[in-house]
Amino acid sequence: MTTAPVELDRPDAAEDVRPDRPWVAIVWNDPINLMSYVTYVFQAVFGYSKKKAEKLMLDVHHKGRAVVSSGTREEMERDCEVLHSYGLWATVKHDV
Amino acid sequence: MSTGFKRVRGGGARLNMAPDEAAIVRTLIGQLLDLIGGGEAPKTYEGMPDVALSDNTSVSDDPVLARLFPDAYREDQDASAEFRRYTEATLREGKRAAAEMVLQTLGDGGEVVLDAEQAQAWLRVLNDVRLALGTRLDITEETLEEMRGFDWDDPRYAGFAAYDWLTYLQETLVRALC
Repeated sequence: MTTAPVELDRPDAAEDVRPDRPWVAIVWNDPINLMSYVTYVFQAVFGYSKKKAEKLMLDVHHKGRAVVSSGTREEMERDCEVLHSYGLWATVKHDV
Repeated sequence: MSTGFKRVRGGGARLNMAPDEAAIVRTLIGQLLDLIGGGEAPKTYEGMPDVALSDNTSVSDDPVLARLFPDAYREDQDASAEFRRYTEATLREGKRAAAEMVLQTLGDGGEVVLDAEQAQAWLRVLNDVRLALGTRLDITEETLEEMRGFDWDDPRYAGFAAYDWLTYLQETLVRALC
């Protein structure tokens, strides 16, 4: 844990703009997971349409990562745990 | 050679697997189970919420375990440790239970018919085995090209051939379940 903030006068923009959904779950590209499987997992876990799931999968594949969901920290940790259970390489991040 | 999975009504799948193929899958799953370890259920206490607390709070030195149970925070070790403390035992137990279900339904091969739940277990376990094997083999995006240049007597051949075959099996299972 850190203690005092360095710049006290600069507000946290992300927290100001989206106080309700400030955390994100990110899936990272890896050379082993199948594209079809990753698409399937996004549909199964998040209930996304095939089209949306494929777009996210392609983002992961081409850009190296994609934000796959957003919400509270607890929700994103839950999503991350489920994605790990499927073998996807997922992380949680404060959306700044 | 197995022709892969076929769709079965109700979200299941079926597969015909030769005994020697089944033996390969059993061996790899056995190694995965050894690696995941444990087997005992996470400790729970009467009247307490069903949470799993593990002593382990840091990512494994073993690249396979690090891949199966990665850090949840890239730049926050404390948060990663806390996440691991609450989730890893449950994740391990889930992977172990799925692997046991695959071994049970596979038997010694032959006709394997899976209901929806069993097919889901197979899907995850095939992926876990591929993650483990692929990490050991140091698979990259270029591996498929490299494999074409392998000789039969290359010491890496067997591992890559098994990986390639599992990839094919998983692909047919995803298609059967879509």
